[in-house]
Amino acid sequence: MIVSSPKNFLVRVSAALVLLVSLSAAGSPEEKQISVYSTVANYSLPVLQQNGHDYVGFFEVIDPLGKVNLKIDGNHWNIRYNDVECDFKKGSETARLQGQNVHLGSNFVLQNNHGFVPVNSLSALLPKLLGGPVTVNEAARRVFIGNVGIHFTAQIRNTALVMDFTSGVNPSISTEPGKLKLIFAHEPVEAPSTPTLTFSSQQIASATFSENNGAVEIAIAGSVPLFASFSNNGKTITIQAAPQQQVSNKRTATQSPASNNAQVLPFAPQSAPRYFAIIDAAHGGTETGATLGNQLFEKDVTLAIARHLRDELMVRNVSVMLVRDGDDLLTTDQRASAANQQHPAIYICIHASTEGRGVRVYTALMASGGTNQGPFLDWQTAQSPFLSSSQQAAATIAAELQKSHVSARQLTAALRPLNNILAAAVGVEVAPPTSSPDGLASPAYQQFIAGAIANGITDLRYQPGAAQ
Amino acid sequence: MNSRQLIIAVVLLFVASLGMGFYAWHMRKNAKANASATYAASVTPPASGPTEQATLFVADDSAGSLRTQQATISLPEDRQERAEELIRALLNTYLEKNSPHIIAPGSDVREVFLVDPGVAVIDMNSVFADNHRSGILVEDLTVASLVETLAQNLPGIQRVKILVNGKERDTLAGHADLSIFYDVSSINQMMSQMAASQ
Repeated sequence: MIVSSPKNFLVRVSAALVLLVSLSAAGSPEEKQISVYSTVANYSLPVLQQNGHDYVGFFEVIDPLGKVNLKIDGNHWNIRYNDVECDFKKGSETARLQGQNVHLGSNFVLQNNHGFVPVNSLSALLPKLLGGPVTVNEAARRVFIGNVGIHFTAQIRNTALVMDFTSGVNPSISTEPGKLKLIFAHEPVEAPSTPTLTFSSQQIASATFSENNGAVEIAIAGSVPLFASFSNNGKTITIQAAPQQQVSNKRTATQSPASNNAQVLPFAPQSAPRYFAIIDAAHGGTETGATLGNQLFEKDVTLAIARHLRDELMVRNVSVMLVRDGDDLLTTDQRASAANQQHPAIYICIHASTEGRGVRVYTALMASGGTNQGPFLDWQTAQSPFLSSSQQAAATIAAELQKSHVSARQLTAALRPLNNILAAAVGVEVAPPTSSPDGLASPAYQQFIAGAIANGITDLRYQPGAAQ
Repeated sequence: MNSRQLIIAVVLLFVASLGMGFYAWHMRKNAKANASATYAASVTPPASGPTEQATLFVADDSAGSLRTQQATISLPEDRQERAEELIRALLNTYLEKNSPHIIAPGSDVREVFLVDPGVAVIDMNSVFADNHRSGILVEDLTVASLVETLAQNLPGIQRVKILVNGKERDTLAGHADLSIFYDVSSINQMMSQMAASQ
């Protein structure tokens, strides 16, 4: 019988069935698997338990790597990879590879024409068959073919843990109280010099590397709920305190246990208090926004104005929360989620620009989007039911600015995440008072503008129908 | 020729050489100015053929709104090519000296696709987006001028999508959302608000 690589679909399907049946018969609670990493492909294969040893289908291991031909003759199983041939015999502990004996450690298993070799024989078989270096981590069941490992560094920058990888990664993320876990199922992430890295940070204590069952887990221990964001084409993962927690020292909310398998940590809506206003300083981290002058970035001006606005609102006895209170990189979806989880009366995102004068107050320009499906709202148009409240809020804020002799315009803009907010939502773009952009950096000007906006927000509490 | 005539001739020759030198300097200066203006004007040669009147919706930064501007441009018969020439004419306005809304030299439209009844997809080059000024108003003005110029000159267009280098992009320069289809009716409302709040 000859099976050539392009025609092996049925072979692989039936091999998988054999493995499944075998695993079911063994009653294994967790499916064992082995991961193979190469320059051609990264893949995971099921592991079969026989006579107390771990086995893997040998054809399945090498088939994705190149041209493979298989001949089966009774109890003899012959596999050819490119020009290298290897003979196996059912029940034999020895294989013949290019005329030399290779000890397998236990018997070769042949079931329904499918050949299985012990996992611990791969380190002897693969280098000779493939003609290159192969590293087999038997305990973790991870096979590295060639120099494919991904290395990483982890260090605290500001208050965030920044992990830089040598190649892009896409781990799944899960959370549990006090921990955020990155699970790399298909990436050849290699261990750091020590399995546990410790940090002198109040929020993030350590990152622990472990590898098992063909996967890698990096568990980050934190004293606060954490979330992960990706940048640099997946080469950088930034772990930081969830935005809700960044202001939690101003309140005494208790955190409910976070759910598992969440890409972004939930913001504990059941235990969190309701804020009247959510203030979102636009941009942050590597996303600097506009360059407003020499070394003056929009992200810094927006944060300064947001902090002034928070202080002004607190003086007016308005409960308020900042989406970010540091130089944090957040996506617009994360900002919208943070705001929506708090069910505020009004959401205000702050922007800054050197174009024009005064302040421009925006409401969402609604795109034509999909329709709501039962309880599921269309994300692009989630703001629609709140648009009139938003317009009323924008008008009130613009009026208060004009009362303070600040030029104010009320406009619409396709500005995310306004259209994703489930509350009255306005965007504020602050321009300098004169032709010089320097005014934007002036704390006095920032506070003056923040005070006028705070007056407008405070007025909303007494307007029927607005920002309810 | 006596000595007096000789002196007059030498003086005349000297004055003439000075004049010619000044003229040559002047011509060289003009040539330099024309060369830079040519670079800034367009990266794609205009279409040839009969010209038509078109209405461009030009962003004006100083007013913070759009204004209309009549332009005489060569418009091909093909509706898709007409759309591209309209966008190119608008961009050329922004690339001119004393532009009311500066965009980066080299900005250009790659293609305009007219799909489905009423949908236009404008594919801009990466120079246009990568070097666009960042800000809510300045980005919205650009988007609105592109959408309105297309919609008002090609009847039937109701929705416009903007791509960059053939791909969808989150924002133009950090603010204006490019992940959505812009409704022409929404842009009309935006224009009205801009005009009303000047």
